Amino acid sequence: MAAATVADPRQRDPAWLGRAFWIGAGVALLVPLLGVTEFRPWILFEARGLQVTGRFLASMLPPAMSAEFLALVAREAWRTIAIATAGLSLGLALAVPLTLVSTRALSISALSGDMARGPFVLRLAVRGTMILLRSVPELVWALLFVRVVGLGPTAGVLAIALTYAGMLGKVYGEILESGDAHAARTLLGNGSTRLQAFCYGLLPQNAAELTSYTVFRWECAIRSSVVLGFVGAGGLGQQLDNSMKMFNGGEVTTILLVFVALVAIADRASAWLRRIID
Amino acid sequence: MRIELRGASARQSAAARSTPAALQSIDLEIASGERLAVIGPSGAGKTTLLQVLACALAPEAGTLRLDGQDPWRLPRPALQRLRRQLVLAPQVPPLPPRQRVVTSVLAGRLPAMSLAASLRSLIYPSDIPAAQTALERFDLAGKLFERVDRLSGGERQRVGLARVLLAPARLWLVDEPLAALDPAQAGQALGALTAGAADRGATLVTTLHDVEAALAHFPRIVGLRAGQLSFDLPARQVTAQHLDRLYARTQVDAARIRPAETAGAPVEAAADAPAQFLRSR
Repeated sequence: MAAATVADPRQRDPAWLGRAFWIGAGVALLVPLLGVTEFRPWILFEARGLQVTGRFLASMLPPAMSAEFLALVAREAWRTIAIATAGLSLGLALAVPLTLVSTRALSISALSGDMARGPFVLRLAVRGTMILLRSVPELVWALLFVRVVGLGPTAGVLAIALTYAGMLGKVYGEILESGDAHAARTLLGNGSTRLQAFCYGLLPQNAAELTSYTVFRWECAIRSSVVLGFVGAGGLGQQLDNSMKMFNGGEVTTILLVFVALVAIADRASAWLRRIID
Repeated sequence: MRIELRGASARQSAAARSTPAALQSIDLEIASGERLAVIGPSGAGKTTLLQVLACALAPEAGTLRLDGQDPWRLPRPALQRLRRQLVLAPQVPPLPPRQRVVTSVLAGRLPAMSLAASLRSLIYPSDIPAAQTALERFDLAGKLFERVDRLSGGERQRVGLARVLLAPARLWLVDEPLAALDPAQAGQALGALTAGAADRGATLVTTLHDVEAALAHFPRIVGLRAGQLSFDLPARQVTAQHLDRLYARTQVDAARIRPAETAGAPVEAAADAPAQFLRSR
């Protein structure tokens, strides 16, 4: 009843036309994209497709469970965790200073109006550096480092560190800017330094978001290390590559199960850390 | 700290150019160590005035001088050093929800602490007795190790004020410190602020909605109305007429109220047409 009886133009939602337009525009943009990507999911359910899928899945059972192979997988899983953790830590060490320099939330000149020109250019340059770091896929960084430092985990660690420094720096900056800046700005305005305002204002304000994003990135680093293993950067990924080349489906399944377990652990760790902080 | 404001106009950086400035050519002189309350209706420009004094907002026209220096002519590092000598306590207490009270209070000291000392203080609070003493002044002694988000609104506001007591500042700017406090707490809070400022010889400028509290605790009262000084008097010379003029409704409001009071029914109907339209639906 309420909607139907609004005859008075003053009571009509003035934002309605714009909203309807943008919803329509979004749909109109998406439909041609489906054409470009040749998106035809029904092929999956045609008889031939189902046969191929079935054969592939059947070859993956049962998982390989020999003690020797499990020991190998455990060793490589540990190495994968080490690659992901070392890569992420190194990336973090790079990302934190990049964030501190680039985030607007710690700009002293922006306290009173617009940011001054010098700091603005510096921030732009740092943002550009982070775009460069993360726009080169870690696979390409790894291919480069494998040539420089040779086959092995070091190349994986360096590749993850560089790409993730760019990603962490960008998202940390956005988390800090989208959170409530009141505490940090008050500290800055009362003469504290940027690092003090960060430690006493921004960090406690945004600790939970920063933590959960970091743990999520650790999870991503584990997945990345798989891909990097394919180009010889060590860890479970390299093992997965070997098993696939030898068409040993059972081994592939075992390795995938280990990945599932690692991701689940990351998920629990994130929930646990957030509970501690909150 | 001595303050001189000459013909100062200012507007919030987010405000549209077409709106009138929040402060319009204000002249104000405050001697070092003076304590004054700024009163006036909502939207009169009280908070903007404090922000101008805190060097958080540059005046659009006119000048500000702190101890004879124009802060906006200083190079930025010198301006930031000058800001260490003042403390602005905003109306909404600037406390991160997950911080502990002791850390929030000791954050008032940051401008006087080195980075190493402030990091150490995060691991083990550097001066627990000082924080405790400041909290006792506001009747919050038991809350030292509580987390800020476990406190009530009034407690948070007083934690924000306790932080001011620890600031190494010579100019205290406190924005509406009583908003969330009951009358007993309000009296205690103002007492602690004025006594603390007097102890340290700090200049204290406070905005207040509670006129009685302002008259009781501050020797000098500044009335601000629509961005202009309405009066600037010693507290005992402020009369009911001053206050009536300060808080009188704007002309639009007055025109709308008067017909109703004088029972001018047709005029009221015209003025209240939108309201009646809403009621009839």
